[in-house]
Amino acid sequence: MKTIDIMQILFFLVVLSTLAIPLGRYMARVYMGEKGFLDRLMLPFEKLIYRICGVNETEEMGWRQYAGALLIFNLAGFLLLFILQLIQGVLPFNPQKMAAVKWDLALNTAISFMTNTNWQAYGGESTMSYFTQMTGMTVQNFVSAATGMAVAVALIRGLTRRNSKTLGNFWVDLTRSVTRILLPISFVLALVLVSQGVIQNLHPYQTVQTLEGKPQVLAMGPVASQEAIKELGTNGGGFMNANSAHPFENPTPLTNFLEMLAILVIPAALPFTFGHMSGDKRQGRAIFLAMLILFMAASGITYYNEAAGNPQLAIRGVTGPTAMEGKEVRFGIVNSALWSTVTTASSCGAVNSMHDSFTPLGGMIPLWLMMLGENVFGGVGSGLYGMLAFVIITIFIVGLMVGRTPEYLGKKIEAREMKMVTLAILIPAASILLGSATAAATPSGTASILNPGPHGLSEILYAFSSCTGNNGSAFAGLNANTLFYNLMLSAALLAGRFGVILPMLAVAGSMGAKSSIPAGAGTISTHNSMFVGLLIVTVIIVGALTFFPALALGPLLEQMIMLGG
Amino acid sequence: MAIYKGDYPADKQMPTLPAEIIIPALGEAFKKLNPLSLWRNPVMLIVEAGALLITLLIIKNLLTGQVDTIGFNLQIAIWLWITVWFANLAEAVAEGRGKAQAAELRKTRSSVIAKKMTGSIVTEIAASALRKGDLVKVEANDIIPGDGEVVEGIASVDESAITGESAPVIRESGGDHSSVTGGTRVLSDWIIVRITADPGETFLDRMIHLVEAAKRQKTPNEIALTILLLGLSIIFLIVVVSLESFAVYSDAQVSIPVLVALLVCLVPTTIGGLLSAIGIAGMDRLFKRNVLAMSGRAVEAAGDVDVLLLDKTGTITLGNRMATEFVPAAGVEAERLADAAQLSSLADETPEGRSIVVLAKTQYGLRERDILELKARFVPFSAHTRMSGVTLEGREIWKGAVDAIETYLQSQGRMLSPEIKNIANGMAKNGATPLVVVENLEALGVINLKDVVKGGIKERFAQLRRMGIKTIMITGDNPLTAAAIAAEAGVDDFLAEATPEAKLKLIREHQAQGHLVAMTGDGTNDAPALAQADVGVAMNSGTQAAKEASNMVDLDSNPTKLIEVVETGKQLLMTRGSLTTFSIANDVAKYFAIIPAIFVETYPQLGILNVMGLATPQSAVLSAVIFNALIIIALIPLALRGVAYRPLGAEAILKRNLFIYGLGGLLIPFMGIKIIDLLLVIVGIA
Repeated sequence: MKTIDIMQILFFLVVLSTLAIPLGRYMARVYMGEKGFLDRLMLPFEKLIYRICGVNETEEMGWRQYAGALLIFNLAGFLLLFILQLIQGVLPFNPQKMAAVKWDLALNTAISFMTNTNWQAYGGESTMSYFTQMTGMTVQNFVSAATGMAVAVALIRGLTRRNSKTLGNFWVDLTRSVTRILLPISFVLALVLVSQGVIQNLHPYQTVQTLEGKPQVLAMGPVASQEAIKELGTNGGGFMNANSAHPFENPTPLTNFLEMLAILVIPAALPFTFGHMSGDKRQGRAIFLAMLILFMAASGITYYNEAAGNPQLAIRGVTGPTAMEGKEVRFGIVNSALWSTVTTASSCGAVNSMHDSFTPLGGMIPLWLMMLGENVFGGVGSGLYGMLAFVIITIFIVGLMVGRTPEYLGKKIEAREMKMVTLAILIPAASILLGSATAAATPSGTASILNPGPHGLSEILYAFSSCTGNNGSAFAGLNANTLFYNLMLSAALLAGRFGVILPMLAVAGSMGAKSSIPAGAGTISTHNSMFVGLLIVTVIIVGALTFFPALALGPLLEQMIMLGG
Repeated sequence: MAIYKGDYPADKQMPTLPAEIIIPALGEAFKKLNPLSLWRNPVMLIVEAGALLITLLIIKNLLTGQVDTIGFNLQIAIWLWITVWFANLAEAVAEGRGKAQAAELRKTRSSVIAKKMTGSIVTEIAASALRKGDLVKVEANDIIPGDGEVVEGIASVDESAITGESAPVIRESGGDHSSVTGGTRVLSDWIIVRITADPGETFLDRMIHLVEAAKRQKTPNEIALTILLLGLSIIFLIVVVSLESFAVYSDAQVSIPVLVALLVCLVPTTIGGLLSAIGIAGMDRLFKRNVLAMSGRAVEAAGDVDVLLLDKTGTITLGNRMATEFVPAAGVEAERLADAAQLSSLADETPEGRSIVVLAKTQYGLRERDILELKARFVPFSAHTRMSGVTLEGREIWKGAVDAIETYLQSQGRMLSPEIKNIANGMAKNGATPLVVVENLEALGVINLKDVVKGGIKERFAQLRRMGIKTIMITGDNPLTAAAIAAEAGVDDFLAEATPEAKLKLIREHQAQGHLVAMTGDGTNDAPALAQADVGVAMNSGTQAAKEASNMVDLDSNPTKLIEVVETGKQLLMTRGSLTTFSIANDVAKYFAIIPAIFVETYPQLGILNVMGLATPQSAVLSAVIFNALIIIALIPLALRGVAYRPLGAEAILKRNLFIYGLGGLLIPFMGIKIIDLLLVIVGIA
């Protein structure tokens, strides 16, 4: 525990908040179709896209139509990436002559990138051609992120519009998310990363002489362009297997800081976008604060545990940071602990250290953040709509306690909304628990485990939580490239993505059709500190009640075994 | 607030749980164990399925001779059955209260003979043979055989069977007091009634149905809550199923009864078991306040009402205007004015007229005189002249509104002096009604007729404002008068010169802005507005049309009761929310009891989670299950009575309920489970 470490965490949060506020306002203007400084550059481009795709940009969609367009688009993206991997052997930009990817891995990978998860049961530099990386992975990194943002915006419209049957146009929201937000920021970020030493080339892999005098093969590729959107779109799929622990992906402390910022900046800005679009900035601020407080607690606990390390070592007279296994020396304890919370609080999943090697409790926090449903900032878009599901549950329960039919932004929360929100929370929980239970109870599930005992259970829980939460980070230690895991985890990926998106779009549809009741003394405020507190407690209690037994047998038990020596 | 206590008869007093309700409910709760009647309550159905599973397991173990765990399993099974039975008991008790009231009502219905009229011939037939449109004659001491409208005659009627109010009421043909209810008794005179409801559909029948909860359907909010509870139950089912697999992975042995016990402790049994009782009790509480809600939906909507339309007369003011002052014109003696005013009002039987006579007597000692002795001729108020008056021995006295008197004087070639007009305008500005008195074409002065605002009503409206409810006064008065009374009574807004159309429009405007509106009414012309309002409360004394259009009927015909109706609706929702919070918060402690108990034998390290220090794994599981069952029975009185309601703002109420039911719900089970564990150890069961 060092003051300088804590100062670093706080500095990061201050910079993040400072950037999130103006970005949130800017995004609100993008989605409300207001004029912006990128109009001259992007409008002709967007018009061209609409013309080619036959999109009527002024058409408004109801929630079913919106969801339908989203599903068709995602299906097309999945098929494209799936086929691309199967035929990459005959396609250009393949200097390493990468062969076709096996079908179950290709299936898992295609679903994983379509769902903004980027769970990787493969090593990038040993499996994928440059062509697949650029036209497959990188494209999905943009559009899967834009899909999540579109859903969040549709939900915001549903909550804030009155007596409206429509939620906007999916194609327009998708396009503008890419052209106005993701593409410009990624472009700038990629250039900065290149300036710091992130590689960007199409060369064959280089063989170099190491200091020891032995030859070593260095993987090459167009890394920087994928790295930027990997973070910004909370995708997390590394170009290299070592992800952001690899010096060609994340070479310096500056890139480390910028990449962490890029991961959280859009998720942190979206609550402010919500505030602007609802015409009540306080609503967005409250959600942001709830996320921030949960994040501070999570990063604090992880840092504390990693800084403390294993007490058995201290007893034996070892001083200094002891929990350095799996961490890069150039990042140290604090930047590894902070990154691990950043990447799991958001649904990014990029890693700069191996979470598997964390202390049990230090590793439990990333796991738990994913179990909560990725809503502590969360993924781009998915964080906000996930948190809004909890907001609705919170309001429903506490709203009843003041003797009124609960209402959010003046809209009554009734049976249909409760049904959909309950589904949005039930489906991911079921996916994590039933998936892990199946894996823990079957030989094909336990065969992949590297460490038996409670740590093995943590590995399984982590895999299913990571896929269901559309996070994509791996705990390591679990060989996930088996038929069993490729298929089981594909199911988890789909359940965690569309099991939340579809119910929340249905909520958007039914809330949008309602009229709004002006707030009075009889309604509970959804922007004061009490509500922020209640929201936090609801998120924690629901998460704790659902996962306490599993966590008790996994990381909690492991921690106690460790403390016991 | 003392004045309101007398406004409606004290609640039909009944202790919360008298023995004659408890005893039949004990048996009824057994009948409700039938899964077919339990399917409406998914949470309790899960508990019953668990209980059944363990019971079957015990039987299987008995048959196969594995008896080592039977004692423990049997205790779990018994407590699970008791849990379901307790929940059933809560519902049965709530229903039982309604049934007891229904039985009272039924007594009044049995074997009434109706005197059916065919032309002028009267035949005696059974009341059950009457059909809509039949005419019946009802004489003194007869029981009115069915709901209907008085078409001829006037009678005093004892409606205590329905209202509990012993004072008789007058029912007469025409106007807003023509509706009679079957089962009530004519005390004097006679009336001819046209029957308006077939047997089985009468007001009394509907009341019996309603209080018996026979037609009870889940209300919208109850459905939403049930969905949430079902969702939580499914999550916990998944938690327990997956736990079995994790346990197998971890080489820990977990028996099925323990898993079932954990599931039952986690699913929200407290609120699940009491939900139905809360709903029934809500309607019942209204009924005890003599308000009959036609559906639970209406009671729930009452909690959401944020605009109240209140009739001025009878609700905000004491019914009628009273003379409070005689203001003579310059040069006229006050006594002369009082004398003239009293003379002109002697034959005036309206409350205003009576109040003038009384004021003259109390202020100037003028005795009432006999109008016949004076050989006076009284000229009643006519819509044409808009004056009333009296003529006697060369005196001609008129009283009327300013403009009416002015028109009269002008027609006689005189003018009304500006001085009188000033006095009158001054009174009107203060919300009073000035009546000018003229004797032989000389304006003597002005009578100040004032609406008297009920004591304490201003504070009541302030409370409503703090609750976020806007009050709008409805009056036929002119805007000036209305504004003054509105200010005095402290209402937020008023609708002056209200017509039925204006009322309807006002309601629609507020609803279009998203407000929920409640109003009371009694006349046929109120019916459209009553139907449009989200909560329409008809006075029992009102017309059939008004009652049909409303979703509640106030048997006491007391417009102020609207406020109680809103409070009851809020209380209903609050009770649901508070017990849901309590139920979910309880789970934390139960985890800390059961999870270490399950795994401590395999992993002694997990003993650290046993923060309550429970004696043995068996006693820990049993204590949690027993606490889970007992908390239902402990909360039945609260479910029936409702969470205490205080007219405060949302924030204050939330803080209070969060403290009691949220924090309390978190902490109480820790203590409760620990105490039960200690008792189990003392008794030696575990």
